[in-house]
Amino acid sequence: MMQAEQAAPKPVKQLDHRYEGIAKVTGKVKYAAEFSQPFSKADLAYAYIVQSTIPNGTIISIDRKAADRAPGVISILTPFNAPKLQQGPPQPPARRNLSLLQDNTVSYNGQPVAVVVAKSLNEAKAAAAMLKFNYAAKPAQVSYKDHLGEARWPKNPGKEPAGNHRGDLQAAFAKSTAVIENTYTTPIQHHNPMEPHGTIAWWDGEKLNVYDATQYITGDRMSLAKTLNIPLDYVHVVNPVVGGGFGSKGSMWSHVPLCAMAAKVTGKPVKLVLEREQMFGPVGGRPSTVNKIKLGADSTGKLLAMQQDVIMNASVLEDFVEHAEGPTKNLYMSEANSVSAKVVSVNLGVSTFMRAPGEAPGTAVLEIAMDELAEKLKMDPVQLRLVNYAEKDPSHDRPWTGKHLRDCYTQAAERFGWSKRSATPGTMTEGNALIGYGMATATYPANRSAAQAVVRLLPGGRMFVGSGTQDLGTGTYTIMAQQAAAGLGIDPSMVEVKLGDSTLPKAPVSGGSQSSASVLPAIQDATSQLKLKLADLAIADAASPLHGLNTLDIDVKNGKLINKKNPAQSDNLIDLIARNGGKPVEAMGSAEPSESKDAMTSNSWGAVFAEVAVDKDTHMVKVRRIVGTYDIGTLLNDKTGINQLMGGVVWGVSFALHEDAHVDPVYGRVVNESLAEYHVPVNADIGTLDITVLNIPDLKFNPLGSRGIGEIGITGSAAAVANAIYNATGKRIREYPITPDKIMTA
Amino acid sequence: MNTFNYERANAPEGAIHSGAVHGAKFLAGGTNLVDLMKYGVEAPTTLVDINHLDLSQITSTPDGGVRIGALVRNSDLANHSTIKTQYPLLSQALLSGASPQLRNMATTGGNLLQRTRCYYFTDVSFPACNKRMPGSGCAAIKGYNRIHAILGQTDHGSTSGESCIATHPSDMCVAMAALDARIEVQGAKGKRTIPFAEFHKLPGTTPWVETTLRPDELIVAVTLPPAKFAKNAYYLKARDRNSYAFALISVAAGLEMDGSNIRSAGIALGGVALKPWRIAEAERVLIGKPAGAESFHQSADILLRGAKGYEHNAFKIEMVKQGVVRALTLAAQGTPEGIQS
Repeated sequence: MMQAEQAAPKPVKQLDHRYEGIAKVTGKVKYAAEFSQPFSKADLAYAYIVQSTIPNGTIISIDRKAADRAPGVISILTPFNAPKLQQGPPQPPARRNLSLLQDNTVSYNGQPVAVVVAKSLNEAKAAAAMLKFNYAAKPAQVSYKDHLGEARWPKNPGKEPAGNHRGDLQAAFAKSTAVIENTYTTPIQHHNPMEPHGTIAWWDGEKLNVYDATQYITGDRMSLAKTLNIPLDYVHVVNPVVGGGFGSKGSMWSHVPLCAMAAKVTGKPVKLVLEREQMFGPVGGRPSTVNKIKLGADSTGKLLAMQQDVIMNASVLEDFVEHAEGPTKNLYMSEANSVSAKVVSVNLGVSTFMRAPGEAPGTAVLEIAMDELAEKLKMDPVQLRLVNYAEKDPSHDRPWTGKHLRDCYTQAAERFGWSKRSATPGTMTEGNALIGYGMATATYPANRSAAQAVVRLLPGGRMFVGSGTQDLGTGTYTIMAQQAAAGLGIDPSMVEVKLGDSTLPKAPVSGGSQSSASVLPAIQDATSQLKLKLADLAIADAASPLHGLNTLDIDVKNGKLINKKNPAQSDNLIDLIARNGGKPVEAMGSAEPSESKDAMTSNSWGAVFAEVAVDKDTHMVKVRRIVGTYDIGTLLNDKTGINQLMGGVVWGVSFALHEDAHVDPVYGRVVNESLAEYHVPVNADIGTLDITVLNIPDLKFNPLGSRGIGEIGITGSAAAVANAIYNATGKRIREYPITPDKIMTA
Repeated sequence: MNTFNYERANAPEGAIHSGAVHGAKFLAGGTNLVDLMKYGVEAPTTLVDINHLDLSQITSTPDGGVRIGALVRNSDLANHSTIKTQYPLLSQALLSGASPQLRNMATTGGNLLQRTRCYYFTDVSFPACNKRMPGSGCAAIKGYNRIHAILGQTDHGSTSGESCIATHPSDMCVAMAALDARIEVQGAKGKRTIPFAEFHKLPGTTPWVETTLRPDELIVAVTLPPAKFAKNAYYLKARDRNSYAFALISVAAGLEMDGSNIRSAGIALGGVALKPWRIAEAERVLIGKPAGAESFHQSADILLRGAKGYEHNAFKIEMVKQGVVRALTLAAQGTPEGIQS
């Protein structure tokens, strides 16, 4: 079907509140580690992960005498007694290189090296402290920045090749009249969702059940089956709500199979929850990047050459590539372009996807460089971006399914009052504060995968919709309810939603901003199928006013089947079901990206403007305002959607000013492993957020015209803040986060 | 399991008796001690809960000062009318610390005994910390030392059993130091009063000894002398975020003005040493002079004599310089009306 020629769909009636909101604020929902059924709660044992305290070496022996005798201890798993797993080689990034006590090597400080299972958590922790490890330590390399010369191509670059070139770079730089060339760095960051990673595992014979805090129940199930070498059908994963994931719950990490192994060894249901400080290493983080960026433009500001070479840290266990070079490849049009992404192996935990992987650091660095180029050209930063507007995807030379970025710049600039900006740094002041305005472009790909859903019309007129997707706190329940309701024209409050159970029809990982764009079309298909089934039921029912009509003549509106040709002729769905056995009517649906998807590129866009106040003496930054306007296709739910974009922008402020995992240079351990010392913004750090969307459907992308919004908020917003700080102070900080000491010493 | 005895004290004498037992600790707000117990840094054998003692009063003293009970919560102290109007420096410092939730729990006495935030102290997996394990060395010297000391530290190298470059994290104490507070303690042998400057100890050769409090003593109150700096006080705190962050550096500045000249001054620094940093000479040089950048700079230079920075914290020296001048300038302009939390 040529979706492009479809008219814009009628807006779906929105649920005016978060579907599970009341249950959440009243404490009625259960997160993965909070379940106490169906196993016997009295049997529940508690596992605690013991982590290595050296960054590199081997475990020679473990003195466990005292721990074995400690009160409440049921079992202690170590590399010397843990069950041997028959697993194939890991296939990153889909399958991580896990630490499952299969050998005695230590590759980073904080690596899981034992699991203590006890009758209570406190007993498990106390016994863990009694284990004495005898290590043979080897020299460790923990800082990649001292070894940039050792950078190499990654073994598994992931979604994009690690290098890409087009045009004659040297020639293009040679004819450029304005060239800027600088190095920009981004730090290691850790996701720190509010809900820590947690698992409850129990076995029914050979069958494994888990409650697990995950962004991907289907993937969790596959990874568990493969890792433990049991049939896929033997694994059941349940996870009705997730307290944030941001990518760290997108892969299955070591603690999940370790919990299952502990349950197997002890024959008990076992709960394993990571402590906050255990989330700084064993469950991934965003790698740090060093970016050499060179931009060349002619006197009109037109980009002739763009070059970005990225080097990042990778764990000795596994290569993971943060594609920070992505935006340089496709955000602007340029004659010549060259990017590369290389890694240096270090003794740190594995890197992984973190909110807007690639684009978050990528826009954070490129958009400072663009600001510098604008200044060199004496051009307005918005104008520079308009001059280089990419009408088609520069890296694939193909059209966009939809792009209205110009309108984002215009609308956001207007709402912000950009015209009042003084281009000369340090010229806007208020008392002791230096005021600055900055802007940047936001961008994130629109992704979509195959998904399935089931819908049922229930006796009495309520509806059920189910899909094996996840709700990370983002509104999946809410938009599933309203999409299902729209299919039969009923009120979204009449819909019961189920997700987060691996027995439901499959859905993709809730990552890459793809859940809504994948799952909702499947629900739309399911409700279409349901409508046909109901129509057939009415046609065959002698008591129905629609008896004997043609299926194609029947439509559904306001909970009624109607004759399109004579709308007065209708059959109430409640009556129809009651007359036909009073049983639910069910339909399955599925949707996947069209085969022609590779002919076009789908991407979301935005323009972000920030105002900061920088204290002249303390050098502290206050973000006073952020205005963002986004082109994300159709906004599915005003409340949850704008909320998600706002959350992303707050992450951008966090990227700009706060987050930074400090690794001890000797021991290779993250030192600020708590939320008191690993800073994220507090309310006092966030001023006014003005977030709007264009709400123009992208029907070439999917039938709803809606692109995902999970990640785009963080993109661009960090650089907008950085550029505002420059405008305020005249100090160009190219090393994130921009803390008071860096501003002072610049 | 890490078991411990829990006792609820109903009178100071009983608390002192129970607290004198080796391994016992007093429990007040618990905002620091309980965390450290969870981290395995503290493992008291007995917790003596003193929350029910009658030590929550703020009263006037005969000399015109004020006496603050050891159990007065930080929030209550910061918002007390006498403190707000007569000792705004203290109120500002308190409200710049921690978060509202923590301030509602934290007590005056507990805040005095707050322990360092040095990463190598709070994470027991690091093998070298002379505070936690006397004689083991100081991992911070060659480690990540952005939050560490530039003044008064002991640095004989990272392997020395005397080295310590930790800082004291309190904001309240910095203001109290500048205000010449005194600490009333009660022990088995009776009561005594410790001048603020003599309460906290620099690391010296025994970094694990943090105060001059004796093992059998309980802090019962803090007294402040008659207010001198009500009209000209400013607490400046530079930090990585606008709330709920420890000071990179802080400056408590109080001035007593005589027309346009300075009659007396109280200046203390936070975030730079293992105790609030105060040098009498830095205050003396201001006396009789008009409020102005020249003398303020001189004062800052005296405070920073002997300062030594490390790989990640050398910036603190310049930040203190700017902070002292700014805090004194603002104090001279008059105590700000609204106080930011």
